[in-house]
Amino acid sequence: MKYLDEYRDGPIAAKLVERIKRAQTKPWVIMEVCGGQTHSIVKNGIDQLLPKGVELVHGPGCPVCVTPLEMIDKAHAIARRPEVIFCSFGDMLRVPGSDGDLFRIKSQGGDVRVVYSPLDCLKIAKANPEKQVVFFAIGFETTAPANAMLAWQAKQMDLKNVSLLVSHVLVPPAIEAVLSSPQNRVQGFLGPGHVCAVVGYAEYEPLAARFRVPIVITGFEPLDILEGVLMTVEQLEQGRAEVENQYSRVLARGGNHPARERIARVFEVGDRKWRGVGTIPQSGFQLREEFREFDAEHRFSVEAIDTMEPEVCIAGQILQGIKKPHDCPAFGGECTPQHPLGATMVSAEGACAAYYTYGRHLKDADLTLHRASASGTPDLVTLGDQK
Amino acid sequence: MSTGKVEEREETSAELGPFGSCPLPIFEHPQIVLGHGSGGKLSAELIEKVFVSRFRNATLEKMDDQAVLEIGSTRLAFTTDSFVVTPIFFPGGNIGTLAVNGTVNDLAMGGARPLYLSAAFILEEGLAAAELERVVDSMAASAQSAGVELVTGDTKVVNRGKGDKVFITTTGIGVVERGTRMSADRARTGDKILLSGYIGDHGITILSQRENLEFESALESDCAALNGLVDVMLDAAGGAVDGFRVMRDPTRGGVATVLNEIAGRSRVGMVLKESAIPVRDAVRGACEMLGLDPLYVANEGKLVAVVAPEIADRVLGAMRGHPLGAESCAIGEVVAQHAGMVLMRTGVGGTRVVDVLFGEQLPRIC
Repeated sequence: MKYLDEYRDGPIAAKLVERIKRAQTKPWVIMEVCGGQTHSIVKNGIDQLLPKGVELVHGPGCPVCVTPLEMIDKAHAIARRPEVIFCSFGDMLRVPGSDGDLFRIKSQGGDVRVVYSPLDCLKIAKANPEKQVVFFAIGFETTAPANAMLAWQAKQMDLKNVSLLVSHVLVPPAIEAVLSSPQNRVQGFLGPGHVCAVVGYAEYEPLAARFRVPIVITGFEPLDILEGVLMTVEQLEQGRAEVENQYSRVLARGGNHPARERIARVFEVGDRKWRGVGTIPQSGFQLREEFREFDAEHRFSVEAIDTMEPEVCIAGQILQGIKKPHDCPAFGGECTPQHPLGATMVSAEGACAAYYTYGRHLKDADLTLHRASASGTPDLVTLGDQK
Repeated sequence: MSTGKVEEREETSAELGPFGSCPLPIFEHPQIVLGHGSGGKLSAELIEKVFVSRFRNATLEKMDDQAVLEIGSTRLAFTTDSFVVTPIFFPGGNIGTLAVNGTVNDLAMGGARPLYLSAAFILEEGLAAAELERVVDSMAASAQSAGVELVTGDTKVVNRGKGDKVFITTTGIGVVERGTRMSADRARTGDKILLSGYIGDHGITILSQRENLEFESALESDCAALNGLVDVMLDAAGGAVDGFRVMRDPTRGGVATVLNEIAGRSRVGMVLKESAIPVRDAVRGACEMLGLDPLYVANEGKLVAVVAPEIADRVLGAMRGHPLGAESCAIGEVVAQHAGMVLMRTGVGGTRVVDVLFGEQLPRIC
């Protein structure tokens, strides 16, 4: 299939892995920032192909994972109201709040709907003038233009029954928080391709210079990720710390100007709380004064909800790349996607859920792969001794 | 949990400081949620905890798609299925063709020759009579082409808003005439896993018809009766029908879910090869866009068969010679390691687990 198969080609992947092996002489720790990259790495088994000296750690870029519990509780408080149609991206529906998830609220009679585009809310609002339509506007810079467009168009159409519950976060402050941590191990970054397709990557240049780290803006297909790793390893080996663009087929340094312009008209930067990390100054978007009337927190008076999160899992350390899912004693036992103890186990992009779903066979066993001799039969996986 | 684990856990929490925090999740559902009908882990839990626990018997505990009952010298296959789908008409079929073919297929997967069906209709007040007639016309045509007779039925009408146009329950009986003993617990190391063609056509067709999605495709549901295909497969094995360990039609939950059920009940591992699993470009494209995995998308005219290696080639050849199996292929095999787990060798050469989903497959944010 065009635009997919050429980025998933096994023989080219093997060549890239060879080049990484040749380039790498010292051990390096590289963080992929984006949850979509984590998902792709674990789903395709890319981490298993890399030489031992190249370690991938998983970053904070899973929008579902970093949405704070109090925001989930605010969403649930609004979704329970009888006059509300609560609209959300699909993977927020199973995120547990202090009391249940949106699926449960739906089963109890709440009108909860999955939308693919925030702009679907406009149609729903026009079709249901007696109802209040609330959109759960979460995500990084990637979802910001469409979310901004919802507020923008609602204002243009003078729709009084649309509002947004905004919990928008930004990538560069999170990278800065990771690098500023005394426990930081990360030496290079695979930068977030889709985020930069919107806002460009000029903002990453001061970070690379100040912390002396290479940042390679990288795509999401297996060959994108392998090439991003290769470019990062080459920079590290050569002592360079630059921002490079692996994902040039999609994005340029300046990003998407109309999208940036629309974001800037609707949102302004403010402090945001990150689940598992705490408040990071100037790390998210909030609605500008002239769009405040569309702020669901204000419209439904849920600002006062302030949930304390019980400290039971290591999601905070995982989101900062300090620990990996297998380091958690609860991983795969007490904590599974059916029974998540933490945010990183809930979303498909969360590091713990990705490890559980695609990679939990790797902890206890050495995998050796060999081709079955008979043609047409699948490859065999032989497991070594259990450790 | 061991004491050691508790101590480890306390140490970890102490290190956390201001970071790391999660709520206690929900697991017990005071109400039925949509995920209970998804075919995933929630469905399995509902069936086990609410139903099997109360009706427990040896036949039910096999958890196959049909019960095979020995009555005198006859082996009778017996199954039932309910059909709810929105919209009720879609490219490639409608709720009526699904209701006939679905039950025919559940019988065929047990090695049975389907004979008779019953159908019960729950109709919503206000349903257009012409729509009902169209549905019933297609049921009659599907039954005729599958070689079964609809011999008894029932209708009820509920108030407007208490149903969704029409719900249909079909029950079927058939006879198992060959010496097959197919069941989910019979897969053995070395067996081959055969799949009868492209996956995901039905599920993506239905998705594409939902009004809030607005993507167009030329896809059609693969809805079809598989008893003819099963017949040629069993014929190809000749006297070696015991080599058919288990057959399933991967409906809701998709291929991934049925393979996990088989691996779990047979206590074996499975290894699939991603590049061998046929997926049409239109289905792949839709799944890529929506963040879905075709391995979990529903099919209504495909089967997965686990067969002994010595008959695999013959059976595969016979499948390819049948119009409903022209794109059949071997997608993997049964291994002794990692019992209960299905692994897949990915296109770029890694491996991953192919798990059962918890509930509904949820579209990802970005």
